[in-house]
Amino acid sequence: MCGIVGLFLKDASLEPRLGALLTDMLVTMTDRGPDSAGIAIYGRPETDRARLTLQSANPEADFPGLADAVSRALGCEVSLRVKDTHALLELPADRLDAAREAALAARPGLKAMSAGERIEIYKEVGLPRDVARRFSLADMGGTHGIGHTRMATESAVTTMGAHPFSTGPDQCLVHNGSLSNHNSVRRELRRKGMAFETENDTEVAAAFISERMQAGESLGDALEATLKELDGFFTFVVGSRDGFGVVRDPIACKPAVMAETERYVAFGSEYRALATLPGIEAARVWEPEPATVYFWER
Amino acid sequence: METFDLVAAPLRSLNAALHSLKGQETNRTEWEVLNPRGAHAVATGVDAPVEIRVRGSTGYYCGGMNKQATIRIEGSAGPGVAENMMSGAVIIEGDASQYAGATGRGGLLVVKGSAASRCGISMKGIDIVVHGNIGHMSAFMAQSGRLVVLGDAGEALGDSLYEALIFVRGSVKSLGADCVEKEMRPEHFEMLEDLLRRGEADGKARPEEFRRYGSARRLYTFSIDNASSY
Repeated sequence: MCGIVGLFLKDASLEPRLGALLTDMLVTMTDRGPDSAGIAIYGRPETDRARLTLQSANPEADFPGLADAVSRALGCEVSLRVKDTHALLELPADRLDAAREAALAARPGLKAMSAGERIEIYKEVGLPRDVARRFSLADMGGTHGIGHTRMATESAVTTMGAHPFSTGPDQCLVHNGSLSNHNSVRRELRRKGMAFETENDTEVAAAFISERMQAGESLGDALEATLKELDGFFTFVVGSRDGFGVVRDPIACKPAVMAETERYVAFGSEYRALATLPGIEAARVWEPEPATVYFWER
Repeated sequence: METFDLVAAPLRSLNAALHSLKGQETNRTEWEVLNPRGAHAVATGVDAPVEIRVRGSTGYYCGGMNKQATIRIEGSAGPGVAENMMSGAVIIEGDASQYAGATGRGGLLVVKGSAASRCGISMKGIDIVVHGNIGHMSAFMAQSGRLVVLGDAGEALGDSLYEALIFVRGSVKSLGADCVEKEMRPEHFEMLEDLLRRGEADGKARPEEFRRYGSARRLYTFSIDNASSY
C-alpha cells in the first residue's frame, strides 16, 4: 500500500492554507503508509531567487556555518533556514547548481532533496503526523503540493527511500505500487547520465520522467511514455513548476480519487483524504481512468 | 429512526449495534448514518431486515457480506462495495469504485452512476444493475447471477465466464476469453424488465435496447479439441 495526496489551488485566497490542508489530507492516509511521509510544496517564485532543500542525518553538525560556506564559495548572499533534519537555502537562481555542489563539498553527509524556483521537499521516517509536525508543514503556504505516506515494499525504510523523489529542477514524483523492470530502466538512465541516490523503484520512475523532459518532452508526453516503458503497478502523481499530473497503469488496481471545485483540484488515494477539504460536498468527484494522463497547470 | 453520526461515535459502535439485531424481533428498522466521510466497512456484516441510509460517500467494503438489509448510499462508494453480499440490497446514488459486488452470492446491487474496473468479479448469484458504465475486466470469472449495464462496458468483459448473464445496452470495448454475444430470448426480456424495475432504472431504458453476453462454455468444460483457444 501507500497513500498519496495532492492539491492544486485555483483560488489564490487558499494559498496561505495549502500546508494545513495538505497536512490534514496526509494524516488521514496514515494507515495506508505509517513508516514514512513526505511532502513537496510549491511556493510563489521570487524574482531571480531559487530554493535548495538539503537533508542531514546530523543536522547539529552540518547546518551551522553552512550558509557562510556556500556564500563564500559562490560570492553571493545565501540565506538558510533549518527545519529539523532539513535546511532550506535561498539564493540567486542562476547559482543553483553551483550552490548544490558547494554545499555537498562543504558537508559531504548532506543529501539534496529538491532544487528549483518553487519546490521544497521535506520527508522523513515516522508517522505522517510526526513528520508533519517536525517540519511545521501546516504553516506553509503555496500554490500546489503533493504528499505521500509510505508502506515500503521494494526497498529499505530510510529517509532517502521516502517519497517524493526529485530528479530534476522543480520536479517530483510520488508513487503507489511497485515496478518490476526498474533495474533495467535504471541501467539505461545511468547510461544517459542520470544519477541515483537509492535502489528504490520510484526514484527510477522520477528519473525516467526527468530525463525525457530534459530531452525536450512535455510533462504530458513523459507521463504517456511511462505507460509504455514502465512495467508494474503504479498510480503516479507528479509535481512540476506549474502544476501536477496523474497517471495510473492500465490494470489500475491502485486506488485513486479526484475532486474538482472552482477553488481547487485534489487527488487522494481514497475519498477519506478529500473529506476534509472545504466545499467537498459540492465538488465533482471521480476516479481517474486507467492508462490516461491527466494534468493541471496554471 | 436510529441515527449514528460517525464524527461523534466510532464506526465499531455502529456496526456492533447493527450486528446485535441479528435474530431479534425489533422495531428499530430504520437507520441513518451521518458523516461517513469515506470511512471503511460502514454497515458490513448486517444480518437483519432493516433500512440503512448512509448520508455521504463511503470507503472500502460498505455493505460487505450484507444479508437482508437495504443499504442506500447517498454518495459514492469506495472499492469492494457489497463484496460477498448474500441477500438484501445495496443502492448507490453516485459512482462505485473497483470490484463492486465482487463474489456476491445474492441480493441486488444498484449503482446509479458508473462502476469502475472489475465490477461483479467472481459473482456467484448477485444481481447488479449499473445505470452508467462499467470498467475493464468486469464479471471476470463470474459464476452465476445477472449484470445489467445501461451504459458501456470496458475491456475484457466477462473473461473466463461461467454461467452468469450479462446485459449491456451500450458498447463493449472488448470481450474477454470465452465470452460471446448470445441471442435475447423471451425469458431474457422478462428478466430484464424485472431487473430494471427493481434497479430503479425502468424509466431510463427498455429491455429491447440490450444485448446479451454469456459463456461459450469452451473454457471451463475442458475439451482437448479446444486446446488452441486456451
